[in-house]
Amino acid sequence: MHDMLAQPIEAVAAAQAGIDPAVRRLSQARPGDVGVILDVRAETHPGDHGVGVEELQRRLLEFGFVEGAEIEVLHEGVIRHDPIAVRIDDMRVALRRRDAEDIWVRFVMRPPARRRRRS
Amino acid sequence: MNIAVETFAPTARVALVGNPNSGKTALFNALTGSRQKVANYAGVTVERKEGQLKTAGGRTLSVLDLPGTYSLRARSPDEAVTRDAVLGRLAGEQTPDVLVCVADATNLRLVLRLILELKAVGRPMVLALNMYDIAQRQGLRIDLEGLERELGCPVITTVATRKRGIEALVAKVDEMARAGTLAGENQWREPSAGEIRQAHREAQRILKAHVRPPERPDTLTGRIDGVLLHPAAGLAILLALLFVMFQAVFTWATPAQDLINNAFQSLGALVARDLPPGLLTSFLTDGVISGVGSVLVFLPQILVLFLFIILLEDFGYMARAAFLMDRIMGGAGLHGRAFIPLLSSFACAIPGIMATRVIDNRRDRLTTILVAPLMTCSARIPVYTLIISAFIPNQTVAGFLSLQGLVMFSLYAAGILSALGISFLTRRLFWRGAVEPFLMELPTYKLPDPENVARNLFLRGKIFIERAGRIIFPLMIVIWFLSSFPGAPAGATDPAINYSIAGRLGQWLQPLLAPIGFNWQMTVALIPGFAAREVAVAALGTVYAIGNADAAPGTLATLLAQHWSIATGLSFLAWYVFAPQCASTLGVVKRETNSWIWPVVMLVYMTTLAYLASLIVYHAAVAFGLG
Repeated sequence: MHDMLAQPIEAVAAAQAGIDPAVRRLSQARPGDVGVILDVRAETHPGDHGVGVEELQRRLLEFGFVEGAEIEVLHEGVIRHDPIAVRIDDMRVALRRRDAEDIWVRFVMRPPARRRRRS
Repeated sequence: MNIAVETFAPTARVALVGNPNSGKTALFNALTGSRQKVANYAGVTVERKEGQLKTAGGRTLSVLDLPGTYSLRARSPDEAVTRDAVLGRLAGEQTPDVLVCVADATNLRLVLRLILELKAVGRPMVLALNMYDIAQRQGLRIDLEGLERELGCPVITTVATRKRGIEALVAKVDEMARAGTLAGENQWREPSAGEIRQAHREAQRILKAHVRPPERPDTLTGRIDGVLLHPAAGLAILLALLFVMFQAVFTWATPAQDLINNAFQSLGALVARDLPPGLLTSFLTDGVISGVGSVLVFLPQILVLFLFIILLEDFGYMARAAFLMDRIMGGAGLHGRAFIPLLSSFACAIPGIMATRVIDNRRDRLTTILVAPLMTCSARIPVYTLIISAFIPNQTVAGFLSLQGLVMFSLYAAGILSALGISFLTRRLFWRGAVEPFLMELPTYKLPDPENVARNLFLRGKIFIERAGRIIFPLMIVIWFLSSFPGAPAGATDPAINYSIAGRLGQWLQPLLAPIGFNWQMTVALIPGFAAREVAVAALGTVYAIGNADAAPGTLATLLAQHWSIATGLSFLAWYVFAPQCASTLGVVKRETNSWIWPVVMLVYMTTLAYLASLIVYHAAVAFGLG
């Protein structure tokens, strides 16, 4: 959808090699993280989702987790920061971190945590 | 030619399809009003809602409200119904003549992809852009003509809750039905990941070309979520909500309950005064009037509970509750989606067990089904209320908490904790497989529409009364018969019921339940109580009312307080937390699992739990001197 996604596979490969620190799995994101989805894959932990990884991939795609979608992590649960609530484009979706492992996101690098000070 | 078509097909079948939370049910209500029928699809237990309406042209439209879905690639039995109905593959259902795709005008992205799938089916289709007022308020600009051109189907804007655009929608559907079969060939097949991506790209292109993003996007939902999904505040609010809910079930419903109670007592007194004493009078007062009264008296509580559930659902909170509960439920081996079926089970395990269809994985679903009846259903409320009002003093604790309400709350807690414990054990002992993916839309918060809330509440009340009418009332007559025949022999000294069939059956079974402190009247009440939990109250009423017809004229609670020890009362409460005293639940489990194994497993494990719990409670209470 967006032109910046000319070579998503290479981008992910680069991240996996640890070259581009901005590209990470959605499962590792914290609330406040903003980015664009680079790739939705079907490879991690096959047989661990109760459905096949291909099926999980299709469900994610149907929910709008598609390459080029803008994503923002809004909230996380109390126990082990799981599940997470994200905004994809203009809708809100909740998912577990384990199901978000195959979603690769290019996060906007944020400046070091801003602290609001009351004067 | 048109006239011929109209004479042959005066009724057109219309199916409503759409994403969840698109206001599809509100549109269905706006279209069909009170002319609705709720049943099940043939062979499956998915709720089938159908309604009728007459168009201005005199055609009857038969509208089917299909379960919400994001795609035709069904992932659950509910979604399979939608797919099969749309494709005309559903047994006992005819292919719809016109599809109405309902879309939330403020959230078009996913539904556009669904529309592209629906187009491949080839049926005539209308797109209803619902909640159009909210879109306008947000300053969202939709190029309707462009959208019509692009999608190749008419687009009508609607505001279902205000009945806006309904006439135009009906006229358009009528027009399409009149035009006869335009249906093309069905080219739909399950899309691959690549095809889903392709469809998204197409949807994105259409959005970009014909929809201008809102000038004043909704920020309220984000701000409310900031509080309601907050790790600490969110959970605290959820618990507080549940607590208020259960206190309200007690306090709000009391005036209405007193009213119903008094009305039926006056009616019984009236009949007893004007008719000569005898079998017929006994039948009318002890069988019919007290039977109907003892069931109807719980309608207020059931309505209060459902009012909360419906309001939370319509407001958009249920998905948030599932989000907050997911990890906590996950710790017990339950799926986050199990939260909604389990919460529904607080009203009744039957819709709760039926709602487990949203869980696709068989094991997750079975675990949820097995523990659903442990959630305190509304049919237990009559039993709990009766025993609590008989044995727990009506006083306040810590200045503002009702002690009776507190006991009620702990009974609910016992149900929840045991459900979590059992599902944890099931996961550990029987299957240790992976759990289903958890993907759930968090809908935009909306103020519930009073008319829709009222309609849903009315529907739930109606279902309860119908059930009471069909199952409980005939049973009351059977109990009255069992407890009245054969009559006492001449010169008998004991109460007449001791000689009846029920009395003998109760006395025969009583030794089995003596260790948990049950007397024979209770044992008698448990037998019809297998039909439905609340029957036990009416049964106790009948058994005691007949047994002491001339003595103590007070209420059943006072009677019980005289006849039972506190230990027995508490043991009875413990029994009702766990016992599978509901044949309908077991029947539904058989139907949902398509096997007799699971209802039998449920019967055995719940009865064992109930016996053990009552045994412990009874002997502990006796040890504390309450025997």
